[in-house]
Amino acid sequence: MEDIKYVFEVEKDDFVRAGETSSKIKKTLRELGIDSSIIRKISIATYEAEMNIVIHSLGGQIVLEITPGTIKITASDRGPGIADVELAMKEGYSTASDRVREMGFGAGMGLPNMKKCSDRFCVTSSEGKGTYIVIEVDLKAGE
Amino acid sequence: MLVKDAGEKMGLKLLAGKTGTDRELTGVYICDLLSWVMAHGNKGDAWITVQTHSNIIAVAALLELSCIIVPEEVEVEEDTLQKAEDEGVAVYQSSISAYGIAKELYKMGIE
Repeated sequence: MEDIKYVFEVEKDDFVRAGETSSKIKKTLRELGIDSSIIRKISIATYEAEMNIVIHSLGGQIVLEITPGTIKITASDRGPGIADVELAMKEGYSTASDRVREMGFGAGMGLPNMKKCSDRFCVTSSEGKGTYIVIEVDLKAGE
Repeated sequence: MLVKDAGEKMGLKLLAGKTGTDRELTGVYICDLLSWVMAHGNKGDAWITVQTHSNIIAVAALLELSCIIVPEEVEVEEDTLQKAEDEGVAVYQSSISAYGIAKELYKMGIE
C-alpha cells in the first residue's frame, strides 16, 4: 500500500458539520479494506478529536496518514490550549459550557477515549498557542 | 431482527432514514452523553436517546448503530432528519419511555 495523506479543516462551533471529517476518514479506511475493529478505533478517536476542535478550540485541522504499518491521525488547533493536560486526561473532567453539555457533549471522556483507542497517543498543549494530538493505530500484519 | 420489523411490531413512528430500516438490530444502548455512547455503543445497537441535534446521526453512522429511537414523543429537528436521510440512519419516535422501549425489545428477543 502506498502512503496516503489527507488534510481536513475543522471549524469551531460548527455543530451541523461536526462529525463529517470522522465520517470521511471512516469511508476512506473502509474503501481501503482496513479491518473493521481498526476502523472502529480510528472512528471513535477521530470523532472525539474533531468534537474537541469544534467545542473547545478556535478551529484547526485533522490529518490522516496511512503508511504500510500504521494509521496516524494528527489533530491540531489554533488555541486557546489546555491549561492542565494531566487534569484533562482524567475521565469526567471537562471545561465545556452548559450549552454544550445540554447537547450531550462535555462528558469529560474525549481525551481518555482517544487514548483508549490508540496504540500510541500523545497530547501536547500550551496556553495561548494550541493543542497537538497524535493518535496511532497499528495495522495487523498483511494489511 | 430487522429494524423495520421491530419498528412495526412496536408501533414506532419512522421519522426519517427509511433506507436504514433493513439493518440488523442486535442490541440496545440507552444514553444521552455522546462520548459515552461512542465509547460503549456497539454495531447493531438501537440507540435510545432524548438528544435530537444533528450530531446524533454522526455518532450512529460512525458506530454503525442499527437505528435511533427517541422516547416519549420527543420532537426531532428538521436538519437532523435531513442528515438521517442522507446517511441512511433510521430515526424512530416512540410514545413510551426509554425503559418501556427496552422492555419491548427484550420481549422480542433482543437480550
